[in-house]
Amino acid sequence: MNKSEITLNVNSEERSVYVRHSDTLLYVLREELGLTGAKPGCLNGDCGACTVDVDGQAMKSCLMLAIEAVGKKITTVEGLQNIPLKTAFIKKFAFQCGYCTPGFLMNSNSLINNYPQADDIQIKDCLESNICRCTGYKEIEEAVKSVLADGSTGNGNY
Amino acid sequence: MSWSIGHSVYRKDGLEKVTGRAKYTGDHSSKDMLHIKMVVSSYAHAKIKAINTTKALKVSGVRGIVLGQPFPLTGEEIKDRPPIAYDKVRYHGEPVAVVVADTALQAQKAAELIEVTYEPLPVVNSPKNALLPGAPLVHENLAVYERIEHVYPEANTNIADRIKIRKGCMNEGWKASHEMVEASFSFSQSDHMAMETRCVIAEIHPDGCVVFTSATQSPYMIKHLMSDYFNLEDGKIIVKTPLVGGAFGGKVAVQLELIAYMASLAVGGRPVKLVNTREEDMITSPVHIGLDATIKLGATKDGQLTAAEILYMFDTGAYSDKGATISRAAAVTSTGPYHIDNVWCDSLCVYTNHPYVTAYRGFGHSELSFAFERAMDMLAKKLDMNPLELRMKNAILPGQTTPTQIRLNESTVGNLPNCIETLKQQMNWNEGQVIPINDRKVRAKGISCIWKTSTIDSDASSGVILVFNRDGSVNIESGVVEIGMGTKTVLAQMLAEKLKMDVNKIFVKMEIDTQSIPEHWKTVASRGTLMAGRALLKAADDAIVQMKDIASRVLMCSPDELEVGNERVYVRDEPDIYIKVKDICYGYKYPHGYAIGGQVIGRGQYMLRHLTHIDPKTGVGRPGPEYTVAAQGAEIEFDTRDYTYKILKAYSVIDAGIVLNRKLAKGQVMGAMEMGLNFGSSETFVFSEQGEVLNSRLRTYTPFRYGDHPEYVVSFIETPYIESAYGARGLGEHGLIGMPAALANALSVASGMELNRLPLTPEAIWRKKIGVNEY
Repeated sequence: MNKSEITLNVNSEERSVYVRHSDTLLYVLREELGLTGAKPGCLNGDCGACTVDVDGQAMKSCLMLAIEAVGKKITTVEGLQNIPLKTAFIKKFAFQCGYCTPGFLMNSNSLINNYPQADDIQIKDCLESNICRCTGYKEIEEAVKSVLADGSTGNGNY
Repeated sequence: MSWSIGHSVYRKDGLEKVTGRAKYTGDHSSKDMLHIKMVVSSYAHAKIKAINTTKALKVSGVRGIVLGQPFPLTGEEIKDRPPIAYDKVRYHGEPVAVVVADTALQAQKAAELIEVTYEPLPVVNSPKNALLPGAPLVHENLAVYERIEHVYPEANTNIADRIKIRKGCMNEGWKASHEMVEASFSFSQSDHMAMETRCVIAEIHPDGCVVFTSATQSPYMIKHLMSDYFNLEDGKIIVKTPLVGGAFGGKVAVQLELIAYMASLAVGGRPVKLVNTREEDMITSPVHIGLDATIKLGATKDGQLTAAEILYMFDTGAYSDKGATISRAAAVTSTGPYHIDNVWCDSLCVYTNHPYVTAYRGFGHSELSFAFERAMDMLAKKLDMNPLELRMKNAILPGQTTPTQIRLNESTVGNLPNCIETLKQQMNWNEGQVIPINDRKVRAKGISCIWKTSTIDSDASSGVILVFNRDGSVNIESGVVEIGMGTKTVLAQMLAEKLKMDVNKIFVKMEIDTQSIPEHWKTVASRGTLMAGRALLKAADDAIVQMKDIASRVLMCSPDELEVGNERVYVRDEPDIYIKVKDICYGYKYPHGYAIGGQVIGRGQYMLRHLTHIDPKTGVGRPGPEYTVAAQGAEIEFDTRDYTYKILKAYSVIDAGIVLNRKLAKGQVMGAMEMGLNFGSSETFVFSEQGEVLNSRLRTYTPFRYGDHPEYVVSFIETPYIESAYGARGLGEHGLIGMPAALANALSVASGMELNRLPLTPEAIWRKKIGVNEY
């Protein structure tokens, strides 16, 4: 099978990797780059566990080919700098098994950066693309709102 | 003063989980690993005429193909299931062949080229149909299957097990009753839908050691069953379980491990990895049980229950695995948390051509509660009695007996009346059950009461080892799997309380390795806190004895004079005379060089006490220790024109015993409530006439998403369970149990119809209204 060498900018590092043209970004992140924070949950764009940040927007990495990500700035949960958000998830008990957490963090981070004044409807619009089966979503709501209320953005220091 | 118990200590696995560093089974891979792809059945019931692997074997990278064999047959109670189908398939999605290849892609390519020729057979599509005379048999050889002693399959039928409860005298019960209701209830199977699909890595070493890394709730059961099924030495089976991405009972089943072992065997023991796709995880691996039920209740004019006649027909699907145990658990608590003198219950585990089932959070209880609590509301209506008052009047009390005729006390049953009374206040019940909002919409309320004990093996045990570090900190090793519930954080809190030390100096090993960590039977049945908690206290006592022994020699006094606390061992009435734990936990070295003692290692184990099997004729017996009781409610806004509704509030008042970590406890309850509401309102498999599952993906299965959640009102009554460490009761499942019933009761009063089939989609309510067949 044919592979091409591409260079991806992941978590501010240039990473060269050989990929099949049909390899998804999720597959390459996990299997080639060892970044297993993004999780497979459905490989169909339904659950959001694989969400990463591409050029400042939340993106389901199972719906994007790795070659489409060339020249873009990719951030995975391993490179997420939003300490207040991560801390809020711990303090509000916003996860249990933790499997959906990287996806929720990346999606919430994008929400906070793009809509720092987000209201309930905007929060729902963004976060309903991810599924959490353990919590009743209440704790996730509290965590995200606590960071929004703080006015902390993704670049903020804790 | 409390050192840690009752505090909302942050999760010990918190930082790993928010940084993406937490490793789950599927995150482990290596270059030498081969990959497995299953070929699964497209029929629900069919004879396998031929399997042609010629084309598949030609795909580059394919290292082996495994087909079904007549033996071993597997199953926890009845050995009825070949790990890969042999001779015939019994459900849509059943594995029929397995490809092993260098890459997952090659395995998939080859799997698509395997040609299976089927001859379709008539399908059994519901428990009711399975029991009709002349129904096709799912298992022709039921009579000759190996089985455990306490399961009772009925030859030449589709009945895998029948559990009987016979309490009191039904004739007298009916004679004493003035009013009677009888109704049927049902729902189809559905899915656990843990976010991490089930997966396993297996490898067979040259010395015969079989090593698994598995996303499981029961690593020790894998060891036990592998040994049993494949005649392997116990010590040569090693199971490692990293963090697990949700389970809800679904990861109790031992299924993929068997397939991975057979696949590794076929390629000379090389490591192989099998990861379920979401679609496979939903139907190929075991699912949430379905139910057809009929309930008949009798009561006096003033609402005293006098008789209950109950038929539960559980849809275990193609194989009995845990289905028989679930049917038994439902029989044990068949009446809900009410005292009834006369009870007749048959709980049947029925084979169908549906996916096979395993444990699901609540283990038969949300299922029976839906049926029973709907019947209670129908009875209240007939008696013209407030449904809350009817429940209060019959609520189970200390001194009364269960359906299996065990007499309860305050410690074992808690305080249900208090739960009901608290719920009444919180829901503002006196304002009425249906409150008009405008000419189209109403606000409506429904309630339910629940109870649950565990029905696990009476010799299930749990062990804990405590190992001290040189600085006086402690490592906890327990076989409880961290599936999300936070038990290991709670264990650390218990140890902090017991040793009177800082919880931050206690470390818990999250990953399981069955070779070095003592067994915890299975991480199921809300039993982690009780069993591992008791084992932990015993281990702590053991460590304390060792520390006092060393300290007594240093301090030149009797060990009886000493106490442990504040990271010191000190003289009880003169605390200024002490030695630090860190100076003795690796033994003590005298100034001139002599040394005594050694590393302090505490060990403890716990086994449930005085549990019995239940009598096959009457159901008499003690299958579980304590009960957790609760009163729950749902408040909805219902549109009387188009039958859509919004769940506004969901309530739980649970007698959880002493709450050990309030936020963890509340999180368990809210998450469970959400699952119960999801199950009640929208989750179900949709089966075709041919028994195929039509919606095995998340896009068509409709899980709740962010924003679908109601406002949760959760409160705890804290009647201590004396037997457990610090008085806690089981809690992990209970928030779910009453939710489908409470929702159905609210929707029934709102719509003015008896809604006795789940899930309650607006379409289902509409169909009921206009008399179109419910699907």
